[in-house]
Amino acid sequence: MVSTGETNMAEQLYQRDVYGKTLAELGKLNQDIVVLDADLSGSTRTSIFAQEFPRRFFNFGVAEQNMMATAAGLASCGKTVFVSTFAMFATGRAWDQVRNTVAYNNFNIKIVATHAGLTVGPDGASHQALEDIALMRIIPNMNIIVPCDGPQTKEAVLAAAATPGPFYIRLGRPKTKTIENKGEFILGKAQVLLEGKEVVIIACGMMVEAALVAAGNLLGQGIKAAVINMHTIRPLDKEAILSYAPGCRGMVICEEHTIIGGLASGVEEILTEKCPVKVARIGIRNRFGQSGEPEQLLKEYKLTSQDIERAAKSAVS
Amino acid sequence: MPYPETKIKELQVKAKELRRLIVRMIARAGSGHPGGSLSATDLIAALYFQVLRHKPAEPGWGERDRFHMSKGHCCPLWYAALALSGYFPVEKLMTLRELGSMLQGHPDRRTPGVDVASGSLGQGLSVALGMSLAAKIDKKDYRVYCLMGDGEIQEGNIWEAAMASSHNKCDNLCAILDYNGFQIDGKVKDIMNLEPLADKWKAFGWHLIDIDGHDMKKILDAYEQARKIKGKPTIIIAHTIKGKGVTFMENVVDFHGRAPTKEEAEKALKELE
Repeated sequence: MVSTGETNMAEQLYQRDVYGKTLAELGKLNQDIVVLDADLSGSTRTSIFAQEFPRRFFNFGVAEQNMMATAAGLASCGKTVFVSTFAMFATGRAWDQVRNTVAYNNFNIKIVATHAGLTVGPDGASHQALEDIALMRIIPNMNIIVPCDGPQTKEAVLAAAATPGPFYIRLGRPKTKTIENKGEFILGKAQVLLEGKEVVIIACGMMVEAALVAAGNLLGQGIKAAVINMHTIRPLDKEAILSYAPGCRGMVICEEHTIIGGLASGVEEILTEKCPVKVARIGIRNRFGQSGEPEQLLKEYKLTSQDIERAAKSAVS
Repeated sequence: MPYPETKIKELQVKAKELRRLIVRMIARAGSGHPGGSLSATDLIAALYFQVLRHKPAEPGWGERDRFHMSKGHCCPLWYAALALSGYFPVEKLMTLRELGSMLQGHPDRRTPGVDVASGSLGQGLSVALGMSLAAKIDKKDYRVYCLMGDGEIQEGNIWEAAMASSHNKCDNLCAILDYNGFQIDGKVKDIMNLEPLADKWKAFGWHLIDIDGHDMKKILDAYEQARKIKGKPTIIIAHTIKGKGVTFMENVVDFHGRAPTKEEAEKALKELE
């Protein structure tokens, strides 16, 4: 179990730094790793791999559709292909290529997209992918991981490299606080960070830290909340959801994503079929993003630990 | 010239056999795309029965030349070429478009000899580019061939791939354009004009070969010439006739995506005897 509250001393890492370094490590071990980028290698940090393995790195310029379909050609020849750009362009601009040429072929292609969600910040709505999980979740064969911090990013990338088939890994732009003692990372298995019976908070990505803060505050008020890190959105850990749903008074599902089609939808689809419970959703509601600093945006769009706390209290009231 | 008359004749006979199979398959399935399958038949006959280095009994052979049909709707042609090459029994062709068949309405990896699915237009040249880059990484000498349709190259993705192929100096890549002049809604030049097309490809850094896509000798020469070009990819712009080989289908836009009726098929097969 992790401790709550004392997060100020925690290590802070850029997920994309971890990604870039992990790729370079993988590149040494596996000659079949090929990396593609679309003019954002400095931001996605695939540049680290590019420097070490220039023959296995291709920069396609600002042309994401071509990059994605080219990945399929490489994969058909036995390559494990990592494809990176911003989440907006990987899932939006190249969706048909991902659906028809990556996923339908069930190729060994790992789409690792950075700059997902509102916390892109000042760049504003055009660059803030709030629909990417939904866009990937509806495609058969696609695995989805939303790591909650730096170290989990490494675990996710290694798991994707070791598991055949297409993956979507969603990373953010800002640093994330490292969450200690999460336990072993197993693809498709949720991590229970805090036990609690009354309310169950399920979160992914950078919302996990906010969920822990909220749970800490709730505990101070006598409300015991479980916190579950649902790092794998597909395949979703049905077992964990159904073991925590009975007996709780409500669930709060948190994601830096639209409330439609993402983690909340996935959990609710299971709950409505097997064990209906009251659900509060923390996410973006029918809005585009806008410019602002990440903290300001999280406040504006009601994605803070206080918002989670409020939702949890209303669930148990 | 390296190819004797007997070889040319032999390939022409194969092409006719492919055309008969295309008509029979699509008529039996009741839907499909005969026009563009028949227009590209000679190009594919030359490729599968002369040019490609492949082992039909071992579809996954690592050293094989790659072929990708970017204009996936013309898969009856591909399937017929694969069957006649020995990838699977010819009888299987008559299961085209049936539930559970390995011969889907558009290419799918469940078919032996199909490495990558297609159907959503405009993506195949990128797929071929990926195959070409894999050969470079692995220092293999296989070649990559990609068949595109003319309507298809209205897709922006094609031009992204065109740019990237010359940027990466993919001289192991040979694109083939089946320039039959028709797309579903009408004549290409009326729907969305491609001309001056040769200039476009040259401007994108490609070596260009312009041929009559039904002249077997010229087709073979074009593949041979493409093999010798170094430092850039090659495109063969093949001027063809939509529905070639069946007079009442030739240049008739209706047969882009309509199956011949039983009577039409019989009439067509008579012409193709």
